Amino acid sequence: MSLHLEIVTPEKKIFSDTVGNVYLPGANGEMGILEGHAALVSALEPGELSYEKDGSTFLLAVGSGFAEITQERVSILTDMALGEEEIDEHSAEAAMKRAEEQLAGMSHDHDAEEMAHLQASIAKATAQLNLKRRTRH
Amino acid sequence: MANLRDIRRRIKSVKNTAQITRAMQLVAAAKMKKAQDQAVAGRDYADLLNKVLVNLKENADEESHPLLEQREEGKELVLVISTDKGLCGPLNTNLGKAVRSDISADADIVTVGRKLRTQLTKLGRDLVADFEVKDPVPFAEARPIAKLLTQLFLDGKYSKVSVAFNNFVSTLNQEPTVVQLLPITSDKLGEKRSYEGMGNDVKVEETDHAAALSKDYLFEPSSQGVLESLLPLYINFQVYQMLVESRASEHSARMVAMKAATDNANKFIKELTLEYNKLRQAAITAELLEITTAMKAME
Repeated sequence: MSLHLEIVTPEKKIFSDTVGNVYLPGANGEMGILEGHAALVSALEPGELSYEKDGSTFLLAVGSGFAEITQERVSILTDMALGEEEIDEHSAEAAMKRAEEQLAGMSHDHDAEEMAHLQASIAKATAQLNLKRRTRH
Repeated sequence: MANLRDIRRRIKSVKNTAQITRAMQLVAAAKMKKAQDQAVAGRDYADLLNKVLVNLKENADEESHPLLEQREEGKELVLVISTDKGLCGPLNTNLGKAVRSDISADADIVTVGRKLRTQLTKLGRDLVADFEVKDPVPFAEARPIAKLLTQLFLDGKYSKVSVAFNNFVSTLNQEPTVVQLLPITSDKLGEKRSYEGMGNDVKVEETDHAAALSKDYLFEPSSQGVLESLLPLYINFQVYQMLVESRASEHSARMVAMKAATDNANKFIKELTLEYNKLRQAAITAELLEITTAMKAME
């Protein structure tokens, strides 16, 4: 079992370590990556990424981006990656509310990219909140 | 001949100046360190992005994406990244020169930083937009800039989008650089650019094309789909990298300028003190002479 997981954002390298299986939110649904996976480049959706290490499972909330997968390595390129303890529930909630309000105030013929961006922010905030709430209970 | 009190006053004022420049030097040094670290931190991302792009390159021909389309007609648009504040040596002047020499006279501009905005608008350039960027540069602030540039390019008004910024080579050397951002030329994709990764201290390995290509990647959802979402990300990251690069240049240039100012002030203080002491001594001698003469006269 040696799969190297690497998570980088433009601002810094979040994580780099050898882990067990990795589960990530791909463009076509959740993907489980085991050692020896075929080389793959996949779009990443905002959601939860989990990896196994030393018998326990760790969760991270990730934003949109890309995953590059080779036989022995998983590299994640994303704009956000937060562990449970780093998530601030209030700011995530506030961000979601803000994005929702903006989205509601938009007419349908509005800039598609802006809309997609807002939806992505909502998805990102949702991913953070889900993770936070589930781990608490 | 200046009198004692004038010189004393002068010394005091130079000392104050030296204190201020010294403080500014220290602040710039701390900020420079941060900005440099930030650019280094972006390197992993750049490497990874490059690797994926190399693999996508084969599918990236001119027709496959509007951002790759080469057009003949239309004006040039330039994003000029200068500083908000002055006192940073010849940084903005040099960049201004580069803009004037490398960019056609009818090109429109988008600016970050107040200094060159004022200068270029005075020269009669058309300002399309102006952005303010915080310090240290957050990635989120590169997005609206990249978005605007992309949008203007896609609207067809401009055939080319370039960026003029100060490339950070080393603490002592910043180079004004003009590069083309849009359209993306497919042969440039994945190539290592000189301004990625700060300075010369740590060499960044060029993405190994052969090794990267030997792996046959699967693409999910499809190579086209990945390319479509990757290119805007690529533009965002480019803009971000250039902002960070400019910031690092600004702080280093300011630090060097302020260090020179502090050194000059200290030298000046030394000279003034010497003159002051000479004058003081002369005054004391004169006074002693007077006293002795008076005593002699009384005998």
